[in-house]
Amino acid sequence: MTPVLATAGLAKRFGGLLAVDNVYFEVPKGQIRAVIGPNGAGKTTLMGLISGRLTPSAGKISFNGRDVTRQRAWERARSGIVYTFQVTSIFAGLSCYENVALAAQRHLARSMFAQVLLDEKRISDRVDDALRQVGLAHVTSQRADSLPYGHQRLLEVAMSLALEPQLLILDEPTQGLANAEIDTLCQHVRAITDSVTVVIIEHNMPVVLELADCITVMERGAVLAEGEPAQIAGDTQVQRAYLGT
Amino acid sequence: MISGRTRRIVVLHLAIIGLLFVLQFVLPAYHHTNLARIMVLATFAMGYNILFGYTGLMSLGHAMFFAAGMYGAGLCVYYLQFGAGAAFVLGILAGVSLAAVFGLFALRTTGVSFLIVTMMFGQACYLTLLYFNEITLGDQGFTVSGNLQALHQAGVGFAYSDPDVKFNAAWLVFAGALSISTAIAASPIGRVLIAVRVNEERTRLLGYNTFAYKWLALCVSGAIAGAAGAAYALLFSYVGASFASILYSIYPLLWTLLGGAGTTLGPLVGTGVMFYLIDLTSGWTAAYLFIVGGSLLALVLWFPQGLMGAVRARWARWLP
Ligand SMILES: Nc1ncnc2c1ncn2[C@@H]1O[C@H](COP(=O)(O)OP(=O)(O)OP(=O)(O)O)[C@@H](O)[C@H]1O
Ligand SMILES: [Mg+2]
Repeated sequence: MTPVLATAGLAKRFGGLLAVDNVYFEVPKGQIRAVIGPNGAGKTTLMGLISGRLTPSAGKISFNGRDVTRQRAWERARSGIVYTFQVTSIFAGLSCYENVALAAQRHLARSMFAQVLLDEKRISDRVDDALRQVGLAHVTSQRADSLPYGHQRLLEVAMSLALEPQLLILDEPTQGLANAEIDTLCQHVRAITDSVTVVIIEHNMPVVLELADCITVMERGAVLAEGEPAQIAGDTQVQRAYLGT
Repeated sequence: MISGRTRRIVVLHLAIIGLLFVLQFVLPAYHHTNLARIMVLATFAMGYNILFGYTGLMSLGHAMFFAAGMYGAGLCVYYLQFGAGAAFVLGILAGVSLAAVFGLFALRTTGVSFLIVTMMFGQACYLTLLYFNEITLGDQGFTVSGNLQALHQAGVGFAYSDPDVKFNAAWLVFAGALSISTAIAASPIGRVLIAVRVNEERTRLLGYNTFAYKWLALCVSGAIAGAAGAAYALLFSYVGASFASILYSIYPLLWTLLGGAGTTLGPLVGTGVMFYLIDLTSGWTAAYLFIVGGSLLALVLWFPQGLMGAVRARWARWLP
């Protein structure tokens, strides 16, 4: 079966720094894949290449068997690759409702002209659903940037859910969340993987070990190891590079 | 289904449009003429507001769209003896075509570069009008009233020099532009335009082709500015290159900022306040620009979101 996502020889150079170096990264459908590695390993950069925020210096990316290397970020988002930012990127000054509505209406109407004809009721139903799912139903009309940091992260997740992604990339989603919130988030991630493939970058090892079907370890731009959680946890090379610290 | 917010928005805007219509029966002649002019200039500002206030693209070349409408309509009447209706439509077409073509390359830039590109292109248009002076009569200007046929409708003639015709034509143009900009601002499309202003990268990663949305905003903006320019030429009779100068690019920016960028009613409020500020102070002292400048400064300090922006923040969060 073709993997949902496959990169071949992917590289990104920032001046003299090779932030992503010849990466072959494949994720089969329905999997929860964790990507771990020390700070600066190139995890966010790799996801930036996959989502189209960054253009690769070399290599190819295919999504559902189609080459998307040359597609722009918005085209990839439309075909189902959805990225939630490591550094929260919400629409400050707009309400939580408006934030999620932007995601919802994009899902409901693809073209600009279809947007004109959209019924606000259909949008608001989806928004309510998505906010309820992440437990933010009580702050619907609050300004997004007035929320505590952890809730802003959850708002990002709600925006991603409202888009109904095929491939959901979560970049350190638990950063700044309380333990109870982390548990709820994990439950959601599990619940959606019937239809969604998830790539999650995470420093919190208990979360990784609980969620991941498979773990990729990165170091200095390259893939250091890949395998099942038990296998990775026992790998001495990985422990030296990352877990041991 | 119509939500409570939508109903409020519709009622408020219809009430404003209705109020302006009724004012013609109560205002003394002097203010009657002023209001007609304010409505046309506010239309120009509303066009500007779609691009700047909602979409967040600051242009310093909007006079070119106003002038495109003005010359599109004016030249057709002057040389080709077009009627007012056809000339008006042509003015809009001139504004929207210029915006559509200009946008294809100018929108590749953002922020300050966009500001500079619009300014340079606006100046280029201004100089072009002067360069082809033999055709455009740019530096001395011309009037269209002599060539304009009175409109005959149901056996009654409406002369464009008649103040009542002027007022009601200006009112129609204003009402049309306000309806269009309100419909956009309160719709899902308006939400995307605002999203582009607030965080364009995020908007793109939600799957929106932000370039297309910016281009749409520029086209609508150019069309409305063109309509205002055409109406100005037809109703106030004078067409000249000075309307393409940078001053007429700065005006809509000031009117919009003063009234409230990104509010549907801000352009009307801003244009009206500024018009009367200049009108009152210039009758009173030669140094009126000092007073105007000082008041603007005070307003910006106290109401950084403009007058209607302050109203929205304090009392009516539902305003589009
Ligand atoms: N836009 C950029 N320009 C220059 N260098 C960059 C840029 N983005 C990232 N880098 C560098 O590339 C390397 C990889 O960064 P990246 O953010 O991908 O790491 P990461 O694995 O996500 O780290 P963290 O765990 O801290 O989030 C770092 O050395 C970083 O400084
Ligand atoms: Mg990172």
